[in-house]
Amino acid sequence: MKKLNLAVIASLLVVAVSPIMYSLNANAADKETINSVATLRDATPIDVQKEPNAIPKVVNKDIKQGRNYPMQPPVIPHTTRSYEVNKNNNKCMSCHSRHRTEKTQAPMVSVTHYMNRDGNFLAEVSPRRYFCNQCHVTQLDAKPLVENTFTDMHSLMKEKSKANKH
Amino acid sequence: MTINRREFIKANAVAAAAAVAGVSVPAVASNLITSSDITKLKWDKAACRFCGTGCSVNVGVMDGKVVATHGDIKSPVNKGLSCVKGYFLSKIMYGKDRLTTPLLRMTNGKYDKEGEFTPISWDQAFNVMAEKANDALKKDGPEALGMFGSGQWTVQEGYAASKLMKAGFRTNNIDPNARHCMASAVGGFMRTFGIDEPMGCYDDLEAADAFVLWGSNMAEMHPILWTRLTDRRLSAPHVKVAVLSTFEHRSFDLADNGMIFTPQTDLAILNYIANYIIQTDRVNKDFVNKHTNFRIGQTDIGYGLRPEHPLEQKAKNNDKTAGSSKPIDFNEYAKFVSTYTAEYVSKLSGVPEHKLEALAEMYADPKVKVTSFWTMGFNQHTRGVWANNLVYNIHLLTGKISTPGNSPFSLTGQPSACGTAREVGTFSHRLPADMVVKNPKHRAIAEKIWDLPEGTIPPKPGYHAVLQNRMLKDGKLNFYWVQCNNNMQAAANINEEAFPGYRNPKNFIVVSDPYPTVTAQAADLILPTAMWVEKEGVYGNAERRTQSWYQMVKAPEGAKSDMWQLVEFSKRFKVEDVWPEELIAKKPDVRGKTLFDVLYKDSSVGKFPLSEIPEDRLNDESRDFGFYIQKGLFEEYASFGRGHAHDLAPYDRYHQERGLRWPVVDGKETKWRFKEGSDPYAKPGSGWDFYGKKDGRAIIFALPYEPAAESPDDEYDLWLSTGRVLEHWHSGSMTQRVPELYKAMPDALVYMHPDDAKKRNMRRGDLVKLISRRGEVQTRVETRGRNKPPIGLVYMPWFDASRLVNKVTLDATDPLSKETDYKKCAIKIVKV
Repeated sequence: MKKLNLAVIASLLVVAVSPIMYSLNANAADKETINSVATLRDATPIDVQKEPNAIPKVVNKDIKQGRNYPMQPPVIPHTTRSYEVNKNNNKCMSCHSRHRTEKTQAPMVSVTHYMNRDGNFLAEVSPRRYFCNQCHVTQLDAKPLVENTFTDMHSLMKEKSKANKH
Repeated sequence: MTINRREFIKANAVAAAAAVAGVSVPAVASNLITSSDITKLKWDKAACRFCGTGCSVNVGVMDGKVVATHGDIKSPVNKGLSCVKGYFLSKIMYGKDRLTTPLLRMTNGKYDKEGEFTPISWDQAFNVMAEKANDALKKDGPEALGMFGSGQWTVQEGYAASKLMKAGFRTNNIDPNARHCMASAVGGFMRTFGIDEPMGCYDDLEAADAFVLWGSNMAEMHPILWTRLTDRRLSAPHVKVAVLSTFEHRSFDLADNGMIFTPQTDLAILNYIANYIIQTDRVNKDFVNKHTNFRIGQTDIGYGLRPEHPLEQKAKNNDKTAGSSKPIDFNEYAKFVSTYTAEYVSKLSGVPEHKLEALAEMYADPKVKVTSFWTMGFNQHTRGVWANNLVYNIHLLTGKISTPGNSPFSLTGQPSACGTAREVGTFSHRLPADMVVKNPKHRAIAEKIWDLPEGTIPPKPGYHAVLQNRMLKDGKLNFYWVQCNNNMQAAANINEEAFPGYRNPKNFIVVSDPYPTVTAQAADLILPTAMWVEKEGVYGNAERRTQSWYQMVKAPEGAKSDMWQLVEFSKRFKVEDVWPEELIAKKPDVRGKTLFDVLYKDSSVGKFPLSEIPEDRLNDESRDFGFYIQKGLFEEYASFGRGHAHDLAPYDRYHQERGLRWPVVDGKETKWRFKEGSDPYAKPGSGWDFYGKKDGRAIIFALPYEPAAESPDDEYDLWLSTGRVLEHWHSGSMTQRVPELYKAMPDALVYMHPDDAKKRNMRRGDLVKLISRRGEVQTRVETRGRNKPPIGLVYMPWFDASRLVNKVTLDATDPLSKETDYKKCAIKIVKV
């Protein structure tokens, strides 16, 4: 239990600290773009090899990550190491299928996953959705090399909603 | 495990709640906004930006920004699905480091090859480009100019580029990155059928009883086709799946018969299957007698290396005869393949005899409808054209072709490798609609459509992709423009060829890209480029489906589309600057005009007015040039193929449809080509009509197994195969900038068998060096990931800009297709 408490604190810290780290990154990226144009290589010349980082660990905190838009497949917040998903077995469904979620408290797969190609509902998850890892991916504890300036529609709506009230 | 996990989850639920509580939620965010004028999204269809599957996606726009994407429910290709990359399309345009100004290497305000990248205006950029192009032209003529394009160009961009290079500058030194990807498939089609591109379509996926994957990891590289295949396999239990590869990958998860073979021995396995069909008397004699001819091909054709390479010195027929063949009869063919016995091939390939037999039986059984899929395993192969020919042999011997579910299906890699590279013919030897520059009749047709004097198009094929890098290094190609690809990361053997080539002081290198890629880093001038739905365009997918989209958002201020760049640049040249006097004399009215006038504005490209663009649509290029240029380019290009079995529908129709599969005749698309009843070009009474060949017969080729260019030895003791991954598109220049995709697959690791690691005293995560005779790359060892190589082979993907595996690979090509073999070279691995 002690260990878990530490995890709680760590995750709170991540939430609090990450915005600052991002802004530092952004400044660095701006400078590099003009002079060295090698964002994904950390400004390393082509004939030089920068020492590769250690393999990052899979984020395994079981804390849901927000979605960028409603139809985005949620990322997997836990490790899936040695999960078998093959023609005989689908380990993911042992927690996420409809009749297992009450026990496991894992989110049930979306209802869209019960639809076949023609949009009709089946009694079980459609075989076209069988391989979960085609859309759902785990996240490694790696810091993105470049910031992404994608805008969430919610923030656009909020701005407009505010403007309307004034 | 389950109990522990649940406890863990429960505890973390508290953490999650605390985390949320810790972040103050502004009051307004907790209110649901319901006003429709605020919540409304503008949805529109587009072809996905990534692979050759050609999914249609719906793109949601709000306030001039793409805010959402999802699979298009109306598209027959993907019926509402996307893969993980497709779902994150919304974010690919928003990497913080988008380029917005041309950057020129300068010192003290002047161009300097060794200078620092310095922002300049578009006007200055075109000035320096025109100066450098003119210098090269004056010094060494049109052959000193070249362009490297893309199967990710829109059809219109590829067509505009081809016309500018082949007719404007009069050089055939234009080639697409599709050379690395599809050239062997093209070679296979032309040689067997005399006409390019698959006869079947994706409907085969719901009709087949058996699937065979040859060197194709569909689960990662064509994920949506894989969902259709999975759907078929799991919902119809009689369906079987065979997967062949040189290492175990995700597609093996569904395999009923998974086979790992020694690299290059696929050629022998293919011949074994043909032999099995003959030995068990299952040849479809009626089909073979009516619709095929037999030929035996030239052998010992070399490996497409530089002429001084020992392998080329040794090869007997690496000359003009390499692609030649002689007619034989069925008995001679049967005798030729008879040496490919189960015993011999099993020993050569390492695949157990019973697995080979089960595979062969699937093809031989007349009741089983078989679809074969292949991608880079066949195409990136020093005998890639042969591999393509040999798989057609099997389908032709059994007559399993051009009917639903019976389909030899070459899958294309890029979103418009078919549409732009192959159909438009942006290759160094090609013209639109399968025509070639070597053929005087074909040149005449092109010159007539383009309304240009006879002799405008040079007859000699230009430098292909691999040769371009060699010619840059040798200083023969001096003005070079790269668009819509990342060849400093993608080309093989960059250490010895591409990198010294780009940095050769004799050369001026221009790279157009939305982002600062590795290739941009090696350039002298970088042009900031608009991408995907920041422009209007057309893509053509692997099943001959042509799809269009409108411009939906504006590009960042300063970024311009590839097509705009090409066409705008053409304004800088008068015809007199680039054509000899005797050519101008044949058509004096071009005198004094610019290439822009002659190639675009005053040609049929310029005949559609702006009024044809719907008023509510953006179209920055057309509104700039003063005419509906995307329509003009498309319609002029389409005139090459209409009436010649490459018919496209009128441009406007594509804006209404989720794509149509060509030939589109009398408004109807074609699902299965060469079959009477489904292909309007098949002659009545023929049954099947392979009309690409004059006698309507496809060719069954006798071609042997020949060894790879480079195999492991005592010192370089491992095979290296390279390839792609699900989460990234090609070199990762778009997807590495999407945080979710980056974090899903941040680094390219080397996948190794645990015993191979142990033997070298290595463990998972160790820092290692992959070393070949050409160069080295560092990465970390992975022994338990999604790819499971056999002992003696390692796999490393090439998406990672910081770990350039192509410093190690060998630039050996198929001598017929000129496509590089990225799947086989010899390396050693040492701990750092």
